[in-house]
Amino acid sequence: MDFLVFQYPMITVQACLDGILLGVLFALIAYGMALQWGVMNIINIAQGDLVILGGYIAYFMYLYGIHPAWGVIVAPVIMYFVGIAIYKLVINKVVDRDLFISILATFGISILFMQLMNFAFGADVVLANSGYGTTMLFDNNVVLPNSKIFSAFISILFAVCLVIYMKKSKLGRAIRATAQNARAAKILGVDTEKVYAATFGINAALCGVAGALISITFTIHPYMGLPYTIRSFMIVIVAGLGNLPGVAMSGMGLGVFEEFADYILGTEFRIGSVFLLLVLILVYRRFKLSRKREYLK
Amino acid sequence: MRLNKIILSFVSALVILFSTSVASFAKVVGDKIILGAAISLTGKYSSNGVHTQNGYNMAVDRINSMGGVKVGGKTYKFDIIYYDDESNPKRAAQLAERLISQDGVEFMLGPYSSGLTKAIAPVTEKYGVPMVEANGASRSLFTKGYKYLFAVLAPANLYLDVAIETAVELNGGKPVKIAQAFEQDAFSQDVRLGILDAAERTGSKIIIDDKLPKELNDMAATLVKVKQMKPDVLVVSGHTKGALTAIRQIAEMKVDVPMLAMTHCDAAKLSKQHGKNSQYALCASQWHKSLTYKDDFFKDGMTYAADFEKEFGYDPPYQSAESSAALLVFKDAFERANSFDQKKVRDALAATNMQTFYGNIKFAPGGQNVDKPMVLFQVMCDASGSCENKVVAPLKWASAKLIHPIPKWSDR
Repeated sequence: MDFLVFQYPMITVQACLDGILLGVLFALIAYGMALQWGVMNIINIAQGDLVILGGYIAYFMYLYGIHPAWGVIVAPVIMYFVGIAIYKLVINKVVDRDLFISILATFGISILFMQLMNFAFGADVVLANSGYGTTMLFDNNVVLPNSKIFSAFISILFAVCLVIYMKKSKLGRAIRATAQNARAAKILGVDTEKVYAATFGINAALCGVAGALISITFTIHPYMGLPYTIRSFMIVIVAGLGNLPGVAMSGMGLGVFEEFADYILGTEFRIGSVFLLLVLILVYRRFKLSRKREYLK
Repeated sequence: MRLNKIILSFVSALVILFSTSVASFAKVVGDKIILGAAISLTGKYSSNGVHTQNGYNMAVDRINSMGGVKVGGKTYKFDIIYYDDESNPKRAAQLAERLISQDGVEFMLGPYSSGLTKAIAPVTEKYGVPMVEANGASRSLFTKGYKYLFAVLAPANLYLDVAIETAVELNGGKPVKIAQAFEQDAFSQDVRLGILDAAERTGSKIIIDDKLPKELNDMAATLVKVKQMKPDVLVVSGHTKGALTAIRQIAEMKVDVPMLAMTHCDAAKLSKQHGKNSQYALCASQWHKSLTYKDDFFKDGMTYAADFEKEFGYDPPYQSAESSAALLVFKDAFERANSFDQKKVRDALAATNMQTFYGNIKFAPGGQNVDKPMVLFQVMCDASGSCENKVVAPLKWASAKLIHPIPKWSDR
């Protein structure tokens, strides 16, 4: 069983393509996390729950007869305001504090969101059918659901738009300035409070897009957020803050890694292997850092 | 200080008063037999928890309105104390403890899911409280030697072995190649054990044996393997999300497999969520409304389904039907025991041998119901795209002929 990948070479192609398409989606979520981590120094444990909430928005549109693909436009708009609201209610009180406090606060938000979603939408697993077909490659040996291709395409589109926005717009410049040095930015007239709120809103909006895509490609459930938080955390750790191409690359890398872990180690180790990788990378980083310190001595 | 003492004595007086008044609330008060149940009204099992509660309530109303329970020449009515266990096993065990030792309940109804039943069973066993449960099918519940646990449903290892036997039969008695993907929880792993047994009995070979994670929402990898290795049967069990994910990805990836057998199609409302894509899926079910079992209270499955729909506004899933059956079993046992003594009721339960609209009920020494086979239904759709679940096995109740092998995607 372990050597399936070699017995059936097409599986390798399939795994790579599946992994990349999945990874792009992960990268989008991770990008939002990297953004607000970099700007506000907050690790948002509720990231995955924001994603699921975005998914529910697309699902409800589907339920009322609107094509769920429109969710990628509606969900970010709604989620932007949800993000701002969370910022005003909770995050602005922990933004200058210890990292530990912000983790606790967002962990609380995560639990609250899970329970609220469960209360409001029920515990059923749901999905939104896009009705997109399937693309067959290599004599039908490799199959790519068009919904996955669509979600990868939309993810890239949003990421590119955001990069341009961050480079060109006034708010984008203010966000980048705040990320570099909040105090200096404040002295130079940037309203950092507004920047923080906008950053959190943008992050939530990105989660909304990703959630809508997930409801189209996979399934959603009120308690399914955590794996998405872990994945994006891991992608950001690998890429480092403020390293955008890095986030994209490590996102796709993680997607492919997961797919291969599934084939080689077995499906039961799929998410476990992500956790293991996270530990290994953290240990490696620490090791590298300690080397550097010695060198400095 | 004196004020403190006064407050303290006042509070303790209140506590004593309260506890005595609660104790008098116990088991049989006036003409009421009070049963206790911890049910998942919130948390991840809340939808099935509500199905369970609706099933219980429906049976209580029906039995009470049709003359109640006759014990020692007197007529009693059922009443149930519910607590919300938040889908959490620890909480369920605490609540069972509370129902028994504080509320004085002497007879219990089961919670939803094998996991929660497993958490409660040691408590009811410790206090010698008979519990009739309708939603814990895990085999491990019946191998621990529990004396006070009775399950009206068939154990989990019998869910899908019929499918394997049918596949072998259709293959001219020759062994088949099986691909299976199971979530790693108590229930699904028991279903898996049943498949392993069936494979051994028939000499069939398991060529893919995947274990799905709890957070499962992507099983593309398993399906790619299925596509390449071409098994005769694909078996999937991963609760609602497993069923939904499997159907979505099988359709998207155009995976051709002659037989697809699953659990939890009812709860997943497969045909509602997936329409024609769910066609031909075989589903294990404890009950189906078209079965012809009969009793005096609900008449038969069709009448039950119609009455249930009138009261709650949806078609009853089997979780509701089996929950209603639990009450019928209790009524029957009380009347045969002709007493409220827990030991006598327990012995009467153990000797149960009856038919309900849900099926025959007769308990093995382990507490599982051995007199009711599982049924398999197949999702069948007509040209207009409306789908229906039709019983295809066992043959005795089949309302349609099994479609086998499943037509290829390219021919659909």
